[in-house]
Amino acid sequence: MTNDAPDAGSGRWSDHEVEQLIGRLLQIGVLIAAAVVIVGAAMMLLQHGRTPVAFGSYTDSASPLQALGGIVRGAMSLESAAIVQLGLVLLIATPVLRVALTLVAFAIQRDRVYIVLTAVVLALLLYGLIWGRA
Amino acid sequence: MSLDLFALLVAVGSLLAGMLGSLTGLGGGIIVVPMLTLLFHVDIRYAIGASLVSVIATSSGAAAAYVREGWTNVRVGIFLEVATTIGALVGAALAGVIPTSALAILFGIVLLYTAFRSFQSREEHASDAPAHPWANRLRLNGTYPLPNGVRHYTVQGVPRGFALMLGAGILSALLGIGSGVIKVLAMDRTMKLPFKVSTTTSNFMIGVTAAASAGVYLHRGYIQPAIAFPVMLGVLAGALLGARILARANVRWLRILFTAVVVVMAFQMLYKGIRGGA
Repeated sequence: MTNDAPDAGSGRWSDHEVEQLIGRLLQIGVLIAAAVVIVGAAMMLLQHGRTPVAFGSYTDSASPLQALGGIVRGAMSLESAAIVQLGLVLLIATPVLRVALTLVAFAIQRDRVYIVLTAVVLALLLYGLIWGRA
Repeated sequence: MSLDLFALLVAVGSLLAGMLGSLTGLGGGIIVVPMLTLLFHVDIRYAIGASLVSVIATSSGAAAAYVREGWTNVRVGIFLEVATTIGALVGAALAGVIPTSALAILFGIVLLYTAFRSFQSREEHASDAPAHPWANRLRLNGTYPLPNGVRHYTVQGVPRGFALMLGAGILSALLGIGSGVIKVLAMDRTMKLPFKVSTTTSNFMIGVTAAASAGVYLHRGYIQPAIAFPVMLGVLAGALLGARILARANVRWLRILFTAVVVVMAFQMLYKGIRGGA
């Protein structure tokens, strides 16, 4: 959209306006995610700050914090680790939202090639985030 | 080590990594994983998960500013994101079967390559050569802002650039890095985009690439909240701080310092990988 889209006529979004909106969205997404992570992190340190930790070996523990449903449920019952994880999910979702917004912008500009390309990227991202298999 | 102390030390280290990464333009992600595995003895899979999250944070934060200045070529970004997201999902699948010692060796090689690239010239070369036919079809050719108007440029080497981006996506997922160095290489060298357009468009794409594999790693348990929070908050704060002091900083010396750190970590990762204890 650095190009001047010839079909971005009056009443439609111009490329410039879309870029402004995308920029703003990215910033707000990161800020909200960071705020949620900070709240969860503060709770975690207050509750478990003295607990000894070691992360020397990875274990696939099938913890509820590995799925979106479990993260939301944990955060609702104010578990600190789940709140941190919720913030991280919001952060991962920010670029996904950015792609979704770009898709809308190309749809408004009726740019068929880029509607398809953006939809493919969005589908791949949602596939990774929701089903989590690669 | 208690969680308090672990979080504090990791946050401080990540802050420095984020600051150096943003000041030198090489990204902090590349030293977060070696820091976590070599200094804090964190399993490389947890380190990769935490690093990817921080990569999304800094990329999205910085991209916001660049997009608004008009340097980013959004069409090039979207087109190449098809390649990087496919690559990221392939890389995430591979990460499940590749031994961690091989990951450490690959990381060492990428670190060495980054150090090597950090001293190569970065001249501005807007190209007026005839565009690749795909570039016209996909309307990839663009403009960038000058004090008195805009400069047009054409885009070349589209298929090769696309193929390089598949590789960048795979590496990003395997190693938890932004792969900015390879993305810039593909756009600057192969597609002949102006250097600043390449770096800002690379930044724009990094968050999307990282989000593709981060989603998979979340489900696989690589994203461990107690490791990810100090890394994300530290790197983000460091990157913001770095951007603020960039105007006054002596970037040449910082680049030398950063490269030295990268080289030391490269050899340590290689050693760790060859010894087999990643």
